[in-house]
Amino acid sequence: MNYVDKNIIGGSFNRIDGDKKVTGTATYTSDHNFPGLLYAVPVSSSVASGTITNLDISVAEKIPGVRLILRADNIGKLYRVSGEQPKIDEKRPPFADGEVRYYGQSVAAVIADTFEQATAAADAVKVSYDLKPHNVSEHLEPGDWKVESERGNIGEAFDEAPVRIDETYITPAETHNTIELHATVATHQNGAFTLYETSQAVVNHQQVAMAMLGEPKEHVRVISRFLGSGFGSKLWPWPHCFIAAAAARQLGKPVKLVLSRKMNFEAAGHRPLTQQHMQLGAAQDGKLLALSHDYLNHTSILDNYKEDCGEATPFLYSTANLRVRSGLARRNVGTPTSMRGPGAVPGLFALESAMDELAIKLHMDPVQLRLKNEPQVDESTGLPFSSRHMAECITTGAQKFGWDKRNPQIGSMTRDGKILGWGMAACTWIALRMPTEVSVELKADGTARAVCATQDIGTGTYTVIAQIVSAETGIALDKIDVVLGDTNLPPGPFSGGSTVTASVIPAILQAVREAKQATIALAAKTPNSPLQGRKPDDLVFSNGTVSAANSTTGMSGNGLSLPFNRVIEMAGSASVSGQGKSEGGFADPLKKKYSLHSFGAHFVEVSWQPELARLRVERVVTAIDGGTVINAKTATNQIEGAIVMGVGMALFEQTHYDPRNGAAINSNLADYVMATHADCPRMDVTFIKHPDTVFNEIGARSLGEIGLAGTAAAITNAIHHATGIRVRKLPATIEDLITA
Amino acid sequence: MQTFQLRRADNADAAIRGGSAAKTAQQGAEVRFLAGGTTLLDLMKLNVETPKQVIDISRLPLDKIESTSDGGLRIGATVRNADLAHDERVKRDYPVLSQALLAGASAQLRNMATTGGNLLQRTRCVYFRDTDMACNKRNPGSGCAAIDGFNRNLAILGVSDQCIATNPSDMNVALMALDATLHIKNAKGERAVPIADFFLLPGTTPDKETVLQPGDLITSVTLPAPAKGSRSLYLKLRDRASYEFALASAAVVMTVNGGKIDKVSFAMGGVGVRPWRDKSVEAKLIGQPAGRDTFRAASEAFLKDAKPQSGNAFKVELAKRCLIHTLDAAAKLA
Repeated sequence: MNYVDKNIIGGSFNRIDGDKKVTGTATYTSDHNFPGLLYAVPVSSSVASGTITNLDISVAEKIPGVRLILRADNIGKLYRVSGEQPKIDEKRPPFADGEVRYYGQSVAAVIADTFEQATAAADAVKVSYDLKPHNVSEHLEPGDWKVESERGNIGEAFDEAPVRIDETYITPAETHNTIELHATVATHQNGAFTLYETSQAVVNHQQVAMAMLGEPKEHVRVISRFLGSGFGSKLWPWPHCFIAAAAARQLGKPVKLVLSRKMNFEAAGHRPLTQQHMQLGAAQDGKLLALSHDYLNHTSILDNYKEDCGEATPFLYSTANLRVRSGLARRNVGTPTSMRGPGAVPGLFALESAMDELAIKLHMDPVQLRLKNEPQVDESTGLPFSSRHMAECITTGAQKFGWDKRNPQIGSMTRDGKILGWGMAACTWIALRMPTEVSVELKADGTARAVCATQDIGTGTYTVIAQIVSAETGIALDKIDVVLGDTNLPPGPFSGGSTVTASVIPAILQAVREAKQATIALAAKTPNSPLQGRKPDDLVFSNGTVSAANSTTGMSGNGLSLPFNRVIEMAGSASVSGQGKSEGGFADPLKKKYSLHSFGAHFVEVSWQPELARLRVERVVTAIDGGTVINAKTATNQIEGAIVMGVGMALFEQTHYDPRNGAAINSNLADYVMATHADCPRMDVTFIKHPDTVFNEIGARSLGEIGLAGTAAAITNAIHHATGIRVRKLPATIEDLITA
Repeated sequence: MQTFQLRRADNADAAIRGGSAAKTAQQGAEVRFLAGGTTLLDLMKLNVETPKQVIDISRLPLDKIESTSDGGLRIGATVRNADLAHDERVKRDYPVLSQALLAGASAQLRNMATTGGNLLQRTRCVYFRDTDMACNKRNPGSGCAAIDGFNRNLAILGVSDQCIATNPSDMNVALMALDATLHIKNAKGERAVPIADFFLLPGTTPDKETVLQPGDLITSVTLPAPAKGSRSLYLKLRDRASYEFALASAAVVMTVNGGKIDKVSFAMGGVGVRPWRDKSVEAKLIGQPAGRDTFRAASEAFLKDAKPQSGNAFKVELAKRCLIHTLDAAAKLA
């Protein structure tokens, strides 16, 4: 095997689509325009609960340019998706009943010649409601508990533990706030839909659209070439997608629908509020004896979205007694959805805060407490980890940060007149791989082309695929074309769960090797080829050249080797191709043999100026065990971006629902506060590169979400070290800290 | 957004004639002047501002910054915030104004926003901006959703039981501390209004924010000559480090002589229904030692009438720290 070119795998490469993005030539969903394009603007409910009694369109329909006011009685047939697959979080089709369940629910939509006309007409639609009581309370009452994981006897063990922590942690509703707004451009021609979507999962979207529109596969094509990030909000379709599709179907014209920023807060998912009760019991030496994690999250009235906060709890630390339970509380809010690191991110805020509190109570260094409880196997299943190096992340991070200089006394460390706080937290995220099919062509013009329906959410999937093709063939990166985000291509996975890189690796390797073999076979049989008559087994394809196995590669002209494109050219072919297919899925058989996860640790320095009540995150050192890194630049970018998001989670982000009408009241980018460039800490990211070859041949695992896991806890742990204030409800605000 | 007519004024008199046709120059005005548009267009899209006619004044010759004969500065009403912030005379003689401008908004917004427009910047109260909610400022008599609502960012000084909206401007705070004068032209002629008299308290008429009448056009703002030996400073406190409205801010202009305060004027932003200044507190500082004890007492006096709301009690303490720190830092400037 002539694999792997170490200069390409693990190197630092710009995104191959970067030029398009910075020159404005990358075609994002809402950039698609067609002759006769119409604009749709939804009418949003201004109440959180009630029955629609009247929809007065008399003024709206007279506004110039209005083509259609779409509502329950004229939207046409939309079917409900039954079951868990394909995935859609808000399952009720748009306008399916006359009931409003959350503020901002679409109750009608105006389609007009221009966006301005549609907006004005949507404002002019007067909706009357028979109001019903609503509930957006932030205090969640425990309902029915579902046991997620259990071992030993938690009640007894906790009661008897000499040192105990018993606290509740709260994370607020957060809105993804992707810079690219959710959008659909729908066309309907000759009975077939083409849907340009801001989708992290075109294949799933196609399946949902087939089900909801009642169409066969050949009548629904979904395209998502570029995404201005998604963070999970664009994983599954939302009602607006089918408002646009239904309008296009009815009018026979292409229809563009872009949700406003406000609508993005209301009707396109959010991370739900969580309330987590943690009970930790330990021996005096720090050995964990009991760990209980009871978590609740709000969900919408009609849909059961569970924020899986206890995902990491059963395997992160060693303890004989453990129980994780979940529960839901219904609220009149839009249906929640996955947001970067769903479950583990709010869950690890609770667990890693509680671990810090336990360390303080034990008078133990928080690093040592974690090392003390490092498990040998996944104690929830008894399975070995495919590859776990969390302890190395912790010790490496501590060393790079200078943790040994930490004085544990609160407020004891200063620099330039500012009080410093140092905190740390561990982190983990699942490793999943999904079924993927890839097709690779090697072409007579010396280029290669790789295609797959999976999409690039912005993390660098185009580039990673090109790198693997390049590493395997020797073809330069700028001669490799990658086409993604189109259901007409071989099916590929959703861009979620940090799964794409690991999912495409086996498929792309298989496809490119098959194409190489086909090239070799061609070389051996093409008349006049200098390699004609050789046994294919005696030929190798490396550095872009087919040559006899015992010859030195690249020695063209000696009659024993030939550039791959010459082989194809001499055969009179335009290209040779190979197909690859990888296995996996939520029920991946590998999960029965191994516990599959990435790990890491964050070390944070905050500064605190009590005279200004000003807290800043100064620096973050992060060590990540995610297996082999394919592209050092895009990998580092993922972790750094996640850390910045963690600053926002720890200090700023929160969607406020007004209890009086249920509205997300800060539904704009001024009042929903996120980290700016000026809030970015100095960041130092290290990858502990132990290839996870159980997982795939290259040994790459997951990187897209783990950087956010644990970050908020590391920050609030540092805040405690600086100020003595323990923040158990995010975000940590000036009003929390000003009493310090 | 409602349909409107856009006109371009060829000269100030034409703009004034157009403006005079309106019944009010306050909330609900049927005619609005458009300069940078950073507030007006935003609010028109939200249907909070619904003018029938918009008069573009951005091309009027009001974009000059000129020295005045008494050593002060005249700033044209359409001078962009970015140009004003980076003007050498402003940076040298009125650093507090440059700092305040640069603490506000973003570079892109400052490139568009104008001096006159910034003076008329509307509140960021979320209920004012949402036409589904009660707001006495937007819709007189409808009630105030903010008093029992999300009011963390809102005012603690000058509030009434009708309105607690904050004036969001940074520039206005500096202009207040600098004793700026507004020059307003209308069909009858020109008049000068000290900035301290320009903004109205909400009382029972929060829809009326300024003394402007239909047809009034702000043409310039003048600043008096800087006092010899004075130093000035602006400090803004907010959740994040950039691009956010103030939770509390302070603009200080001070002259210290032999460790004692010779002259001082200061105003605060983020805490008042208008940029807040209290000359009675300043008067007590004259002749006092320029130290933290003096400034702490001043901060207590400045905030003594504060009426915190359900979600912003912390602002009282935050404002005190902001003021103490800014006075102290200004006193220590070389």
